[in-house]
Amino acid sequence: MSRYFRITITHSVLVWGVLLMIIPLWLIFASSTHSNSVIYNEGMQWKVGGELFENYDKVLNKRGGFTKEITASKIFLNSFIMAFGIATLSVIVSMMAAYSLVYFKTKFSSFFFWAIFITLLVPLELRILPSYQIVSDLNLTNSYAGLILPLSASAIATFFFRQYFRSIPDELLEAAKLDGANSWKFFVDFLLPLSKTMIAAMFIFMFVYGYNQYLWPLIMTTSEKYWTVVMGLKMLGVGGSADRYSYIILSLLTPVLIIIFLQRLFIQGLFQSK
Amino acid sequence: MKRVQYSSYFTQYFFIAPQLAIILIFLYLPIVQTFTDAFTIQDAFGFGRYFAGFDNFIFVLSDPNYVTALKFTLIFIVVITFFSCSIGLLLAVQANNVIHGKSAYKTLLIWPYAIAPAVVGVTANYFFSERLGILYNFFNGLWGFDWYDNIYDAYIYVFIAASWKQISANFIFFLAGLQNIQKSVIEASRIDCKSSFRRFWTITFPLLMPTTFFLIIINITYSFFDTLGIIDTTTIGAPSGETKTLVYKAYIDGFKGLDLGSAGAQSIIMMLIVLVITVFQFRFIEGKIHYN
Repeated sequence: MSRYFRITITHSVLVWGVLLMIIPLWLIFASSTHSNSVIYNEGMQWKVGGELFENYDKVLNKRGGFTKEITASKIFLNSFIMAFGIATLSVIVSMMAAYSLVYFKTKFSSFFFWAIFITLLVPLELRILPSYQIVSDLNLTNSYAGLILPLSASAIATFFFRQYFRSIPDELLEAAKLDGANSWKFFVDFLLPLSKTMIAAMFIFMFVYGYNQYLWPLIMTTSEKYWTVVMGLKMLGVGGSADRYSYIILSLLTPVLIIIFLQRLFIQGLFQSK
Repeated sequence: MKRVQYSSYFTQYFFIAPQLAIILIFLYLPIVQTFTDAFTIQDAFGFGRYFAGFDNFIFVLSDPNYVTALKFTLIFIVVITFFSCSIGLLLAVQANNVIHGKSAYKTLLIWPYAIAPAVVGVTANYFFSERLGILYNFFNGLWGFDWYDNIYDAYIYVFIAASWKQISANFIFFLAGLQNIQKSVIEASRIDCKSSFRRFWTITFPLLMPTTFFLIIINITYSFFDTLGIIDTTTIGAPSGETKTLVYKAYIDGFKGLDLGSAGAQSIIMMLIVLVITVFQFRFIEGKIHYN
């Protein structure tokens, strides 16, 4: 009896938790399938309506913005490019840096270590104005490079790779050295295949990080051609038209699907470095 | 550290060069500029800057609006950390207990991790809009809720939006922490203690301490920095600046107000706060998370 009681409690707590997460999403989705007049007069809807294709088609293909040059599909493409660029670049850069920190001992090693990890103290939000200044001096505003480069030296990713490399037994390098592997060969033939899960996890982590950037694209992109998801959000404003709900659903779709389908890799990678 | 290592200078520099180059240009240069801004004042006509010592800092710290933002940020951090940690922990403990449907629950609970704070903010905005917002009407029915005018109602609005997003991150880490606890310890405790409630608080929870500490730090940084997107899409500081966090205020003063000196000084004050947090974090990660 008490065992069944406990199981019931467990499941009902979890179901409440799931509802807490799902209900807002459901309301947004259901509302995104109604006509503007329904949303305007009655607010959010619980039931799915009949305007699904019309609304999503309108959001994806209607030209908007100040000069009517941008569509939401282009916005999502821009965000994807930004996220993909940040993820790819920061995985490569951090992995190389972590390799250099863990597997090389020279007199500058600890200087490099501190030079990189001190940057954890200064997230982008704390240096946003001067960063903007520098990027605009370099003529990188309104470009993918300007969106991607400043965010692709992640001390956190370097930290995770460093922890992971440190957990690899010393014998691996000893054996590699016996086989005559130099530092290049060791990196490419030994570490790279061994770090697959970690690479995947950091890629996912940085992709979500890049896709969800707010402040940087907001101040960086004055030209509509380079708008990302956040600018679209800024243009939405408060109010009650159905395609706004469609836009929200579309803007969370990419990172959410990535986390759902790649959760195993993501979680394995994050926690294997403990 | 490794016992065996390579000692070639050239290869070491080659591998670390990309990261150093990026942080030099996009981190160190802006930081130097921030310090320059913080210790100088632009003259009224915009022709030049002159050294001002700590004037900008004194100006910032004696501004009652700054004190308001500081107070709000502290409350914000405590509330978000408390609620998202406890709900995340509760769900993780239950998810760790179930035998059937574990991975389904996991999937259904972790996806909000991937949503941008700004998207959460815009969504919350619809729930709290004055005319037809579901939560607005719900709270309004209870006590005349009105976040446009009432400070505490505005607090509730941003607290709900910001905590909701953070529950799943806490859930992921607590669940991983629970799965790392050795089965034999839990089984041994079953023999000694019948009450599962007491067993949790005396055995499981202390073993989860490293995860909890780590998550407290994560939640503090989240409430400090990442919530800028939430504030900017929900209250924008309503009723009149009481829901501005320190980071949001620095952004507004710098970008909208173009007061570089004040923004620079605010950034440096926040760097000091983050320094304290990070020292704590490093001591913890290096010290505690390594036990096996």
